[in-house]
Amino acid sequence: MVRFILSRLATAIPTLLIVSITVFALIRLIPGDPATLMLGDLAQPGQVEALRHQMGLDQPVIVQYLIWLGNVVSGDFGQSISTHQAVLPLILERFSVSATIVLLAVFLASLIAVPAGMFAAWRQDRFGDIAVIATSTLLLSIPSFWLGLMMLMVFGLWLGWLPVVGYVPFGRDFTGALLYTIMPVATLVMVESGSIARMARASTIEVARLDYITHARAKGLSEPAVMWRHAFKNAFAPTWTLIGLILGSLLANIAVIETVFTIPGLGRLLVDGIYARDYPVVQGCMLFVAFIYVVVNLAVDLVYPLLDPRVTT
Amino acid sequence: MIARALKLPRLRFNGLVGGIVVAMLLFIAIAGPWLAPYDPLKLDLMSRLKGPSPAHLLGADEFGRDVLSRLMYGARTSAWIAFSTVAFAIFFGVIVGVLAGFLRGWTDRILMTFNDALLAFPGLLLALGFMAVFGASRNGIIIALGLAYLPVVVRVVRGAVLSIREREFVEASRVMGNSEIITMARHVLPNCVAPITVLATTMFGWIILSESALSFLGLGVPPPAPSWGNMLATARPYISQSPHLIILPGLCISITLLGVNMLGDAIRDRLDPKMQS
Repeated sequence: MVRFILSRLATAIPTLLIVSITVFALIRLIPGDPATLMLGDLAQPGQVEALRHQMGLDQPVIVQYLIWLGNVVSGDFGQSISTHQAVLPLILERFSVSATIVLLAVFLASLIAVPAGMFAAWRQDRFGDIAVIATSTLLLSIPSFWLGLMMLMVFGLWLGWLPVVGYVPFGRDFTGALLYTIMPVATLVMVESGSIARMARASTIEVARLDYITHARAKGLSEPAVMWRHAFKNAFAPTWTLIGLILGSLLANIAVIETVFTIPGLGRLLVDGIYARDYPVVQGCMLFVAFIYVVVNLAVDLVYPLLDPRVTT
Repeated sequence: MIARALKLPRLRFNGLVGGIVVAMLLFIAIAGPWLAPYDPLKLDLMSRLKGPSPAHLLGADEFGRDVLSRLMYGARTSAWIAFSTVAFAIFFGVIVGVLAGFLRGWTDRILMTFNDALLAFPGLLLALGFMAVFGASRNGIIIALGLAYLPVVVRVVRGAVLSIREREFVEASRVMGNSEIITMARHVLPNCVAPITVLATTMFGWIILSESALSFLGLGVPPPAPSWGNMLATARPYISQSPHLIILPGLCISITLLGVNMLGDAIRDRLDPKMQS
């Protein structure tokens, strides 16, 4: 077990290194000199040179990368060009907002979609199955930002049940926070349920064809016992991987939801950073989101053997 | 349910409905300039934010531009971007995937290490990063989304090449004295067409969705050129006065995606019996 964990951790390190190189290279490809951008148009020529030297921009690119990597590893993501705040605390603050919404949404979506998918598999090709498939195909086809706008219009503006824009942290005002998060979370739950239900259904059907399920039925076990105790255990593993992927990629995709509901989250920070050409913020956000994505998938992989005994540790 | 009533097998139903929707999208995309009642950029401040009327069948937007015409040109934008992006990603993905799968060894290892590292980014994140580099423009999106989805294509193509190159008929071609390149072109590549077609259809949907999301964020098709995503973004401030500006573009995206997904399901089940649902 320990060897399995260590070997998985070891494979994540080169991935993270190349991720960091990609992010670094990408930001360097952005047209415009960072020092000139930081000082604005009114800078004296001497000032720009001095800042370039201070930032290490006059060094060879590889040296620049290593300096940057060293800083990042020690937790220094640099300073925002527009607000002069340190980037890492800014990212962590915004991340807590996005993570709350994403975790809630993925948890609830799994809670609804996994049983729905299994139910569909159990009723394969009958009415219940077709209803689940049709619903999930429909949900898969609705863009989250449009669904969000429609909910905002119906529940916020027409019915006036929920607040339209803004966000309060859960720590400060629990009920208020709950009211603000209902619509964004509900939107994401609906959109993500589609793919999770389809995955749960497909993997349950695959497992249900196996001999040991026939054996369990032949033993005279009741249908629910066969499904829950025997099929579910093995069918959940692939769905678990998908849930991990969704969890990680939602941190990037949530930018559109944060735009719809004006939530100060990580996705919005990245997009605003791109508008403002605030390259330390863009670089920090991209690196952070990619890092979380790798870590989440790693964690999912590490749990996998517990769910699927066929994958040996 | 409807499929049942019509006594059609579900897959035939999926393929039929999906095919009709996609064909309609393509028709509007191509014939848009002749079908559209107005110039999509023509301002008419008198009918600003007006709902549907005989003059403007689907209403007018915040500058009085005709919504129906803008939606038609939006279809053109989405279809063009999706086609170009899929073509871009498939073209380069096949080259890299075939190189990796066929040469194996160090080439494969180096290419795949980089490829897997790019797969370690969520697709939209990578696209956002590329948009920061290229700036919001039509060609920028094509390259950004193409590069963002390239690693997936490379993975699939390499996997297909690796599994096919070990089959007997490939071995037979080598034994017959055909060169590696001819074996590759005549026997391996044609057998990769099925998985690539399945992937291309799925990608078509992803790209329409990603493009509209990027345009909604203001990092896609730059206004005033109409795209469904940027129509939603610019209509947001008028959500309470003119709901039609929000409802219609979103409906267009959803119907298109539904059609593409249904067609994709049908194609996948036809070409890839292993993944049959």
